[in-house]
Amino acid sequence: MSPTVAFVRSQSEPQLPPPLFSQGALAWAKENLFSSITSTLITVLCVAAFLWTIPELIAWATIKAIWVAPDGALCRQHQDGACWAFIGQKLGYLSFGSYPESEHWRVDVVEVLGAVLIVWLLWPRVPAKRQAALGFFVIYPILSFILLVGAPALGLPRVDTLLWGGVFVSLITAVVGIVVSLPLGVLLALGRRSQLPVVRLASVIFIEFVRGVPFITVLFMANNMLPLFLPSGWEPDRFSRPLVGIALFSAAYMAEEVRGGLQTLAKGQYEGAMALGLDYGRMMRLVVLPQALALVIPGIVNNFIGLFKDTTLVAIVGINDFLATMDNAFKDPVWAGPSLLATGYVFAAAFYFVFCYAMSAYSAGVERRLSVGRRR
Amino acid sequence: MQRSLVNDPKVRGLFYQTLLVVILVALIAFAWRNAVVNMTARGIPLGFEFWNQTSGFDINLSLINYSALSTYGDAFWVGLLNTLLVAAISIVLATPLGFVVGIARLSPNWILSRVALVYVEIMRNTPLLLQLLFWYNAVLKALPGPRQSLSVSGLVFLNNRGLYLPKPVFAEGAWVVAAALLIGVIAAYLFSRWAARRQANTGQQAPVFSVGAALVILPPLAMYFIAGMPISFNYATLSGFNLRGGLQLFPEFAALVFGLVTYTAAFIAEIVRAGVLAVSHGQTEAASALGLKRGWTMRLIVVPQAMRLIIPPLTSQYLNIVKNSSLAVFIGYPDLVLIFAGTVLNQTHAAVQVMAITMAVYLVISLAIAGLLNFYNDRMSLKER
Repeated sequence: MSPTVAFVRSQSEPQLPPPLFSQGALAWAKENLFSSITSTLITVLCVAAFLWTIPELIAWATIKAIWVAPDGALCRQHQDGACWAFIGQKLGYLSFGSYPESEHWRVDVVEVLGAVLIVWLLWPRVPAKRQAALGFFVIYPILSFILLVGAPALGLPRVDTLLWGGVFVSLITAVVGIVVSLPLGVLLALGRRSQLPVVRLASVIFIEFVRGVPFITVLFMANNMLPLFLPSGWEPDRFSRPLVGIALFSAAYMAEEVRGGLQTLAKGQYEGAMALGLDYGRMMRLVVLPQALALVIPGIVNNFIGLFKDTTLVAIVGINDFLATMDNAFKDPVWAGPSLLATGYVFAAAFYFVFCYAMSAYSAGVERRLSVGRRR
Repeated sequence: MQRSLVNDPKVRGLFYQTLLVVILVALIAFAWRNAVVNMTARGIPLGFEFWNQTSGFDINLSLINYSALSTYGDAFWVGLLNTLLVAAISIVLATPLGFVVGIARLSPNWILSRVALVYVEIMRNTPLLLQLLFWYNAVLKALPGPRQSLSVSGLVFLNNRGLYLPKPVFAEGAWVVAAALLIGVIAAYLFSRWAARRQANTGQQAPVFSVGAALVILPPLAMYFIAGMPISFNYATLSGFNLRGGLQLFPEFAALVFGLVTYTAAFIAEIVRAGVLAVSHGQTEAASALGLKRGWTMRLIVVPQAMRLIIPPLTSQYLNIVKNSSLAVFIGYPDLVLIFAGTVLNQTHAAVQVMAITMAVYLVISLAIAGLLNFYNDRMSLKER
């Protein structure tokens, strides 16, 4: 056997680089942007549309915008840009309404305390959820009520609800909604699943009635009919009437959410609890509800997003929520001008978007965490 | 004996239920009595006599004959029809848009799926009311006046008084064309059923689409010319300071429909996406193994199976459209809530009666749609052996 054969290599060829389109950014682009003729066409159209609109939008919001101005004159001259100066000027009104300036700290305290409690409740790693729940659902509402309404005995002058407005009213409406509707919703859900026909019927009628009508009509009813249903002299405050409406309204939706959790829970859990000799209250409190509520946290948060968006409707019964204060601010003759509307609505949209997006991201995160055990 | 009675679940249940009934009855009686006392004290009518009284206000958009001399009852019907009109149009438009966006969310094209995602997130995370106010105040009201209308080749005009479309004018003999259209549609439907049956029996395919299109389009077209062109279009034209003629859609109506459609389409898109994703992957793989293209796989394999999951939440979105159309109040579209729970209530002060009627109407619509859904679910649910 000869040591070398002419046609067999003794050394390997140098390795060639992989084909251009098989890895890295180009491969990604081929796969995701130009995989077919249609896809290429869509990509080109989208990019063209972006080039056409996005630079203009960015210019509207930045270089063409008026950032600082004493009044609306400058904004009326430059109508092709946003009028951020208007937002800056009105920020106090948009946040607090006509709440007296010297008392703004009270609103701030309520807001910070609420934020702390909510983070405590919702952040899984922080311990002592029971105390957090007690704080948020019992102590916090009482404290906020005293702080916001005022207690002359404690040296806090009363602030009439007529003066309330802005972001804080939106937040309070939403928080009252959740604080009242969650316990009420749990009760209604239990009622709907109850063995007792009368309890079940009453719950079903309430839930289906409320879910079948628009929120505006519930607000109208709370505003116009609540005073009629109470003896004269009991007239509820104009601010608390829509709060009753919002609480009842969201309780019905919350109940359906909780019912979903109760239904997914395995029957063995109920039977196990009964076999241990727990009575109904203990069975629900110790075995069923902790599991069922943990299951529906994403649903509850999504419900809360809807509730938060719905708080904008309270303007119809004369409550100055954030959006209503924005609409009022447009009418200020010092500022009034055509570029205000887009500026104001974009700002308001950004505000709602940040809140709602954060909540939906949280709920998606919980959903992922919950499904870990069920994933294969 | 005493103890065992207390612990007997039946006795306890009876006790709790009686307690609940007593509390509820007491509450209702309390509210009822107060309402009667308060209403008599304030001179508010207790009955429904107002229904036949003259309303005295005008409504700028009405599908039936209505004037300031009509009754409150007529005003109610005008409002109800306007609500149903806006809801029906919104449903018809939101469904295809939602499906398109939902499918786009799943597109293999990265940019398209991102665009759809951004659309969905923005729409779902901002209040509908804000969007409506934006479209109405910042977009439609900010349009130029009639003299500087935006126009598409003189056929469609858009200005701050609304959207002007060509208005069809039906002359004598137009019914022949309509009849031909109706017959064409029925014929096309029968043909497609016959073709489906033949394909199931013999495997032979028929050109359903082209024959169907021909059946729908050709007979009305032929009748149109035979009958001497009885349908013409009336275009809006500028006369003086305003546009005259054409079909004018008020800005309130346009903003409400546009807002409802774009908002609800985002929710429908998510429903469609979830439904499509829930169809087992093996189905798509089997379809591509059979050599079906992506579009065909979607149309023939995935969407029909996804529909079972899509329909129930889709129906609840339709219900939401009906309920959300009540936001018309904020932009002044004369719907049921604005006319009846607004103007009529303020004029008659009959708050309890008016709110009861308004809520009953929405309840009936909700229950009717829910009933239809249950009927559909029973028919469509998987028939398991």
